[in-house]
Amino acid sequence: MKKGILGLAMTAAIVALTVQPAQAHRQWMLPSSTTLSGDDVWVTVDAAVSNDVFYFQHQPLRLDGVKAIAPDGVEAELKNKATGRYRSTFDLQLDKRGTWRIASMMESVSGTYMLNGKEERLPRGVTTATLAERIPAGATDVKTGVSVNRNETYVTVGEPSLDVFKLENKGIEFVPVTHPNDLVNGEAATFKFLLDGKPVAGLNVTVIPGGIRYRNDLGQQDLKTDAEGKVTINWTMAGMYWINVTTPRAEGAAPAPSRASYVGTFEVSEL
Amino acid sequence: MTMKSRALLIGGTAGLGSVFAAPVMAAAPTTMDVTVNIPRLTVAEYHRPYVAFWVEKQGEAPKTVAVWYDFDMKANEGTKWLRDMRQWWRVSGRSMTFPARGVSSATRAPGSHKISFTRAQLGATAPGAYVLVVEAAREVGGRELLRIPFTWPARAGSGGNAQGQSELGLVSVAFR
Repeated sequence: MKKGILGLAMTAAIVALTVQPAQAHRQWMLPSSTTLSGDDVWVTVDAAVSNDVFYFQHQPLRLDGVKAIAPDGVEAELKNKATGRYRSTFDLQLDKRGTWRIASMMESVSGTYMLNGKEERLPRGVTTATLAERIPAGATDVKTGVSVNRNETYVTVGEPSLDVFKLENKGIEFVPVTHPNDLVNGEAATFKFLLDGKPVAGLNVTVIPGGIRYRNDLGQQDLKTDAEGKVTINWTMAGMYWINVTTPRAEGAAPAPSRASYVGTFEVSEL
Repeated sequence: MTMKSRALLIGGTAGLGSVFAAPVMAAAPTTMDVTVNIPRLTVAEYHRPYVAFWVEKQGEAPKTVAVWYDFDMKANEGTKWLRDMRQWWRVSGRSMTFPARGVSSATRAPGSHKISFTRAQLGATAPGAYVLVVEAAREVGGRELLRIPFTWPARAGSGGNAQGQSELGLVSVAFR
């Protein structure tokens, strides 16, 4: 009896742990500028995981999966990478005009299987590539779910361009309707989010303006994508915004349903 | 010279004056003079403002007619802050390359400055309603934007003004 309760509690704890990054703490990348002019153009980016956007006060975001894509689609080098106690940071030399995408995509597999009459849970950090070797011989009732988490931001030198928004048809992907570097307070913006390349109605879209340390009201907007995958956002102020898109929690689903999330940092200008 | 002929027009009664004035009145204005006052500010660190001038007409792409910035710094470094003239950058600047011939010039010191544009420079060849927009942004300072509507064909003489409150003083236009 006691053991049963403990087991249940532990399972709950593990579930909570795997859900944690999307729920309790917010991941973000904060570029020093999103709209740039000039000939020798750089941005520096802070990357962290914290409750309050955009204050680095909890954990750094690991840079292993972070990539920068130049306007022509070619991957560019992250310079001066460093990871400190509370944040990671890196520089990017924007040597091509147009829109750059700074992005990470993390894919992980969670799940359970039965071994010798006991249910076992996959450890953290399993990917689709390592899944086969993590499931022991003789395991049955293997149930797995893939979680795809994207974290992105966009910066533009000169005129905004669209070539970096190529779809991989995996997880939740951002499609500009309004360009992400052409956002102005007082003008509604429309974005489109696709799940595995397809529009899905009802993806949860959370919009939070930065600077929440200095106000009482979080100012969170909870929106949903429509049948075309679109969502229209009315900005409440100028500044940096944190936008999180998640798949709705499946009701009565398998123990490890597939999930996807998207996090983006957007700057809204005051004209 | 310009002032004199306008004085004659306004005076208008002297026989000799009207003889000289008549040909000027007959010809439609071809030039806009913009007088810009850059306020003298008592601040610890002062840099001359960047100022952009552009012309808007409904349904047409805005046309940049002048940009005052640090255009002569080594390696074109002064272009880094062009984007601080945010509205201009969005509507026109970001699609241009710098230095821009006939558009780029140096920043101006506090005081009154006159800058002139031909009708062709303004992109105002078609008759209609236009707006001259002037936006100033100052390093370690603020930003201000003024709009002065005008129509073309224009009437000779004063053609409207706008009073700045922070980064710009009085901006006025006149046609000749």
